[in-house]
Amino acid sequence: MRIHRIALEPQALAEKQYDLQPLQQVFAKYKYKSGSLIPLLQAAQEHFGFLPAAVFPAIAQETGVAESVIYGVATFYAQFRLKPVGKNIIKVCHGTACHVQNATALTDALRDELGVKDGGTTPDGLFTLESVACLGCCSLAPVMMIGENTHGKLNGKMALKILRSIKNDALVLTQ
Amino acid sequence: MEVLHQPKVIVGLGSCGIAAGAAKTYERLLDIKAAGKLNFDLAKTSCVGMCYKEPLVEIHDQRGWVMYGDMTEDRIEQLLERHIGENEIVEEYAVSASSFKASEDDFLKGQLRIALRNCGHIDPESIEEAEQHRAYKAIQNILALEIPAEEVIQTVFDSGLRGRGGGGFLTGLKWRFAAQSESDEKYIICNADEGDPGAFMDRSLLEGDPHSVLEGMMIGGYAIGASHGVIYCRAEYPLAIKRLNIAIRQAKSKGYLGDQAFGNKNFSFDIYVKEGAGAFVCGEETALIASIEGQRGMPRKRPPFPAVSGLWQKPTNINNVETWANIPWIINNGSEAYAALGTEKSKGTKVFALTGKIKHGGLVEVPMGITINDIIFKLGGGIQDGKKFKAVQLGGPSGGCIPAHLGHTAVDYDSVNATGAIMGSGGMVVMDESTCMIDLAKFFLRFTQDESCGKCTFCRIGTKRMLEILERITDGKGEAQDIERLETLADQIKNNSLCGLGQTAPNPVLTTLKYFREEYEAHIFQKKCPAKVCKPLLHYSIHPTKCTGCTVCAKKCPTNAIDGERKGLHTINQELCIQCGECYTVCRFDAVVVD
Ligand SMILES: Cc1cc2nc3c(=O)[nH]c(=O)nc-3n(C[C@H](O)[C@H](O)[C@H](O)COP(=O)(O)O)c2cc1C
Ligand code: SF4
Ligand code: SF4
Ligand code: FES
Ligand code: FES
Repeated sequence: MRIHRIALEPQALAEKQYDLQPLQQVFAKYKYKSGSLIPLLQAAQEHFGFLPAAVFPAIAQETGVAESVIYGVATFYAQFRLKPVGKNIIKVCHGTACHVQNATALTDALRDELGVKDGGTTPDGLFTLESVACLGCCSLAPVMMIGENTHGKLNGKMALKILRSIKNDALVLTQ
Repeated sequence: MEVLHQPKVIVGLGSCGIAAGAAKTYERLLDIKAAGKLNFDLAKTSCVGMCYKEPLVEIHDQRGWVMYGDMTEDRIEQLLERHIGENEIVEEYAVSASSFKASEDDFLKGQLRIALRNCGHIDPESIEEAEQHRAYKAIQNILALEIPAEEVIQTVFDSGLRGRGGGGFLTGLKWRFAAQSESDEKYIICNADEGDPGAFMDRSLLEGDPHSVLEGMMIGGYAIGASHGVIYCRAEYPLAIKRLNIAIRQAKSKGYLGDQAFGNKNFSFDIYVKEGAGAFVCGEETALIASIEGQRGMPRKRPPFPAVSGLWQKPTNINNVETWANIPWIINNGSEAYAALGTEKSKGTKVFALTGKIKHGGLVEVPMGITINDIIFKLGGGIQDGKKFKAVQLGGPSGGCIPAHLGHTAVDYDSVNATGAIMGSGGMVVMDESTCMIDLAKFFLRFTQDESCGKCTFCRIGTKRMLEILERITDGKGEAQDIERLETLADQIKNNSLCGLGQTAPNPVLTTLKYFREEYEAHIFQKKCPAKVCKPLLHYSIHPTKCTGCTVCAKKCPTNAIDGERKGLHTINQELCIQCGECYTVCRFDAVVVD
């Protein structure tokens, strides 16, 4: 299930400054071999959590590949994000097995609770809600993954319970 | 059989087991071991595929071995105390054992494991253990005996092995094409993109026995004359990628990969892992090649086929993970042994991921030709909650639904194709009466519509139009001509798309139309969803005599659509009802009726 991570809102363009220095290390590692564009983007995203706009001219300069081509590659693949993400990424599985076991109920419940659309991030920056296709634990369907933790055999209520406990932990931390 | 000085405890640590809590069980075991009261060796393996009983823990001692299921961290200590401390066999948790019949023997007994031969039996992060299980024997033999490449190809050809990635093309024939292409450089690719949502055969294989795939690729490289291999693995499989990289490092350090591999002057082979970036279409071979080259993963016209011009315009041979894993076994055991299994045109075994409304969900490897009913009822234990088997979906978004009355269909390429479905890569999603077939078709179409690369008009726009029609039907706004429109569009998309994604995208709709047309008609003409899935078509009401007036539903209804006195009959105001089903869930007296 592909979600739409391409930001249409102009605010994403007026982004803050990002320190591109760490990218140099990545450039050094891959040099520019043909074929290393995707690993470069993956490494940049690994570092920033998403692909800030400033990354594109930097990679273009390094590799000699046109910015438009790099942007074309980044927007083709579902993995790349052009918007910052929340601290916790909630991946709700919408693979076939999970769909048959009513994964829609999880997404609906989470969407209502968080007040964001699929692919959206809450204003407090705590959560990003995403859909993925198959987390590979189909026999525990329906499944969602928050950070590194996979939760299985869920329903809407249980999903909200997990969400709220993370929220509470975050509150405790900030107090 | 190795000599045991003390009991050996083995924990299954595949992604799936970890999700079910196996990592916590393992940590608990480390603590117990450190405490020193019980003496045992602790080891890891990957998954045997018995998903429904994860976490799994196997204990070997002088009495043989016992595999225990549902071994969550809170149960493991007590189990060890009984099994090791008191020398007791804890039958209530035993799922399989060497010396007695345990509860889940049927699941394992009906299987025949070739591709999965080592999965769940070895530590996938140890090349030594893999070698104790014959890893790298086949390639070493080929090199030592200087078996000519053509002979290797002939063996694979004679085995009858067909590509397990979905297409079912004869592997030996494909190798021969690549071998015949003249070039200074050739490539081997392992397709580990596993795009079918709801299938996890390849993940499990890579996590459980990465060396078998590496060895398969080496043999392929030797046969076609390639010295580089690439494994294109989807990024959603971090554990598989990690274990592949460990396996590659180990093989390199032993001199099995690299220049003059195995010390052989004439054989050099190298492998690296390339992470995908999330695009289903990249499973298609030409798109996959474009993606490795760093471009948008869009398919191109064939010919030229990759065997002639593939990666970096060089001859390239692509096979699926499971195809590669079969190769060493075929070389070791001979083509006749493999060809003796299966049916006339579909040889050997196939791995399936059994999911959905099945009791024993998991991974099974069975000989070709076994029937669908045997897989679902004998291995899979039948349908969950005693419900009725309705249909099984094979082949994911490119495949179709086979209805229960065709459950006697043999699982081989030709018999499955004859139903309108396809064998696919091995996803088998079982459905019961509570699955709406139109909703399912809509699910797959939304997937392909999202994943279309956009190159071909019919695939890009035609699937969108089909999806809109299906959405309208499940919203209760279906029109009389919609079935005909779906059929026309399906036909056009099939005939006017460049790659398999578009060519097969209508299959889920066509097969459900073929076998469940009355369900479409119920949605369109009676505005009813027989499986009670499509919300806008549901009608909730309260049974006049069953209702006790407990008021629970009225309190829970989010739109206050339910009215009634305490101890009096409650009623639902249809104007306010949003079909959320909350009242149906909370009523303890079965008084809420949905139709
Ligand atoms: C849209 C599409 C997606 C595909 N996805 C996969 C996949 O995820 N894994 C795979 O092995 N083959 C996939 N294939 C099939 C490959 O194109 C190719 O036939 C296969 O990798 C060849 O290997 P085999 O002969 O061993 O099956 C896909 C094909 C299409 C058209
Ligand atoms: S059929 Fe679809 S996915 Fe395949 S090339 Fe055409 S538009 Fe792309
Ligand atoms: S919950 Fe059931 S029994 Fe109670 S008032 Fe509602 S319909 Fe009647
Ligand atoms: S379909 Fe959800 S984990 Fe596989
Ligand atoms: S238990 Fe490993 S695939 Fe399910």
